[in-house]
Amino acid sequence: MTTLAVSNLRKSFDGVRAVDGIGFEVAAGELVAIIGPNGAGKSTCFNCVNGQLRPDAGSVRLDGRELVGLPPREAARAGIGRTFQITAAFGSLSVRENVQAALIAGRRRMLSMLPVARRLYIQEADALLDLVGMRALGDATCGALAYGDLKRVELAIALAQDPRMLLMDEPTAGMAPSSRRDLMGLVHGIAKNRSVGVLFTEHDMDIVFGYADRVLVMSRGRLIASGPPDTVRADPAVRETYLGTE
Amino acid sequence: MSFLFVQFLTGLASASSLFLVASGLSLIFGVTRVVNFAHGSFYMLGAFCGYSAVGLLAPVLGDAFGFWVAVPLTAAAVAVLGAALEMTVLRRIYGAPELFQLLATFGILLVLADATLAVWGPEDLLGPRAPGLAGAVQVFGQAVPTYDLFLIGVGPVVLGLLWFCLQRTRWGVQIRAATENRELTAALGINQRRLFTSVFAVGAGLAGLAGALELPRHPASLGMDLGVIVEVFVVTVVGGMGSIPGAFVAALLIGQLQAFGILAFPEITIVLLFLFMAAVLIVRPWGLLGRPEAPAAARILQAEAPLRPLPASGKAAALAIALLLAALPLVAGPYILSVATEIIVFALFAASLHFLTGIGGIVSFGHAAGFGLGAYGAALAVRWLEAGMPAGLAAGVALAAVGTGIFGAFCIRLSGVYLAMLTLAFAQICYAVAFQWYDVTGGDNGLIGIWPPRWASSPETLYWLALLLCGAGAMALRHMVHAPLGLGMRACRDSPLRAEASAIDRRGIRWAAFTLAGMAAGLAGAFYAFFKGSVFPDALGVGVSVDGLVMMLLGGIGTLSGPLVGAAAYKATQVELAAATDFWRALLGLGIVLLVVLFPRGIAGQLQYLWYRWVR
Repeated sequence: MTTLAVSNLRKSFDGVRAVDGIGFEVAAGELVAIIGPNGAGKSTCFNCVNGQLRPDAGSVRLDGRELVGLPPREAARAGIGRTFQITAAFGSLSVRENVQAALIAGRRRMLSMLPVARRLYIQEADALLDLVGMRALGDATCGALAYGDLKRVELAIALAQDPRMLLMDEPTAGMAPSSRRDLMGLVHGIAKNRSVGVLFTEHDMDIVFGYADRVLVMSRGRLIASGPPDTVRADPAVRETYLGTE
Repeated sequence: MSFLFVQFLTGLASASSLFLVASGLSLIFGVTRVVNFAHGSFYMLGAFCGYSAVGLLAPVLGDAFGFWVAVPLTAAAVAVLGAALEMTVLRRIYGAPELFQLLATFGILLVLADATLAVWGPEDLLGPRAPGLAGAVQVFGQAVPTYDLFLIGVGPVVLGLLWFCLQRTRWGVQIRAATENRELTAALGINQRRLFTSVFAVGAGLAGLAGALELPRHPASLGMDLGVIVEVFVVTVVGGMGSIPGAFVAALLIGQLQAFGILAFPEITIVLLFLFMAAVLIVRPWGLLGRPEAPAAARILQAEAPLRPLPASGKAAALAIALLLAALPLVAGPYILSVATEIIVFALFAASLHFLTGIGGIVSFGHAAGFGLGAYGAALAVRWLEAGMPAGLAAGVALAAVGTGIFGAFCIRLSGVYLAMLTLAFAQICYAVAFQWYDVTGGDNGLIGIWPPRWASSPETLYWLALLLCGAGAMALRHMVHAPLGLGMRACRDSPLRAEASAIDRRGIRWAAFTLAGMAAGLAGAFYAFFKGSVFPDALGVGVSVDGLVMMLLGGIGTLSGPLVGAAAYKATQVELAAATDFWRALLGLGIVLLVVLFPRGIAGQLQYLWYRWVR
């Protein structure tokens, strides 16, 4: 079952075609990796999917619904969860409040002035923190967490809207190898158990070929190959532009 | 027809001055990312120094030669002063949060303003006519001052020179590189210190040149500094911060707007300026030729601890303090009570600013807008609708809500210093309307006779009322900080990117924060009108905005009770200082500069920092 369908996506900056006519699909529960050299257009592609950038052309459909033109917060409501390459969380809030904020926003209650926010959706927040293994640190200040823990909190925030699709920009960047595998194992489990599609970029090839169901290879704004990890690894064009350096 | 053409030429001449000042500001901002509040002071000093230089040189060199030597000499002198200030003060605060930078340069403005007053006195000084250009030229049967034609030429010449320097010299390449990417310039081994100092000197010199060149048209006067800085802020915001051609185009447009606006709406020309700026910002939020900047997390302070509810002991302490305050009239006389009432009013004002800036991460330099609109709303309701005190207070809050609601809708589209400048511009526009719309607001005579009803007129009752109303206001703000709205405000402050990606309606939250803070400030202002029995345009002035910022920083941003303590400390000091010396503004300015240079984290933040270092 197709969750995310991207077709003919284009985006230029000052005449430079960062994304030049890309199309792909992600099925429910499928982990898809986008790889490619720096500047290949991976991040631009991500930003077009969750509405941070408006593509020049093309379509992004989530369960059949067109997302192009929606701002990021509406894309999030529609079911796009996102984590960032440079991990972004609310540093001055507690870990639990980070998740509560996303839960409150998802239920359109963020502008309310009467209830005490700390007391809202505690169970839901703790369940999500349980899922990513951060419940014990629920009261800690988010800004003081270790990097790997922060990544987990960010994942919990992204899951708060019960997304159909997770976009993860370099989910394991800056982490130690063992915690990389822990995190990706966690993501893998979430994708399969909750039937969430996952699209991620990654520089660590062990992670890519270890966890992705399918790999898309980008170069200069275009897709040059796609398929199961083994097929892609064997593709001569891919070896030349990207893996050849190994 | 010919009259309109002459008006057009007048507009062009004004545009040249505006451009000279704005280009300097833009240049400095582009390289150092500091919005220099004191830039208007360089303009004012240019005028005063120019006056003295002509007076000294004309008898020696002759009238004609004297004037034309005095003008560039003045620009050079102001440039040297600018370089000196950069090396002593600004260099130390490049890494500080932008709020501190703005405050520090405002402190410099205060010091320079009082220094000018001390040296040249309070009178306007009428400058000489420009030798050789004193006459008028007939254009379509209308007399146009020759000097205006000369000024019209100065703008494009300076633009050309700047363009040449930026494109064709090594210095210019360094400036462009620094404007594009500061980290890169440091990595390239460019001597940043020398570059920053030289850019600051050139920017200051351009403002000084503009001031000196303005002498034959307008007398040198105190107040030129703030007057021009607001116009120049509008020019740079419209043109795009950091863009020299943008400043030129915007100066041309705004010069014309003023030249023709004064024909159509002589009383409220500045409102046109506001409407124009608003229109530009709707279409191009980053100005005509500016480039968008990604919204960054507000650099208010280092990561704070999460806000927690008061523990039981804290609640007991707060209750005890409230009871003690309520008992004050039993022991204090009318004078103490009046000072205490003023402190309470300003405590709510500081708390509302803290709500906006500390919690919401929205740095406002024009929070006086809410305060003054509240005061005027109350006073106008009393004056024109014969409202009583309750209705007057309600009218004040309502006017503040409408005003800051409208301003907020524009301001929240921007971030950082752009936003701070825009809030200032809005407050100054309110100030100008109050000042100019004589028939309704009484102009600088203000509105008087805004007394509370008989039952509330004793100092004790008024004090208790202040405690009750302002206390309730502060409590309401405090509650909202812990409500979903406050959580959302803190989330948007910490990470705009994460907030948007988490379905948080950042605009809606920031707008609500802006308006609510304005309403709370409006309540303080409305009460202040009844407390003083009058309201004057100063209630909308920059002074009030800065008072609020200093109170907030004195108390520390990290805690909710900080602003209340800061207000008490600051107001008490101010009352004493103002009674002791005429130059208290300069002392205040010096205090602000020292505060920022010595305590770049704020007093409370610095203590917290030292505490942590000591503990570990």
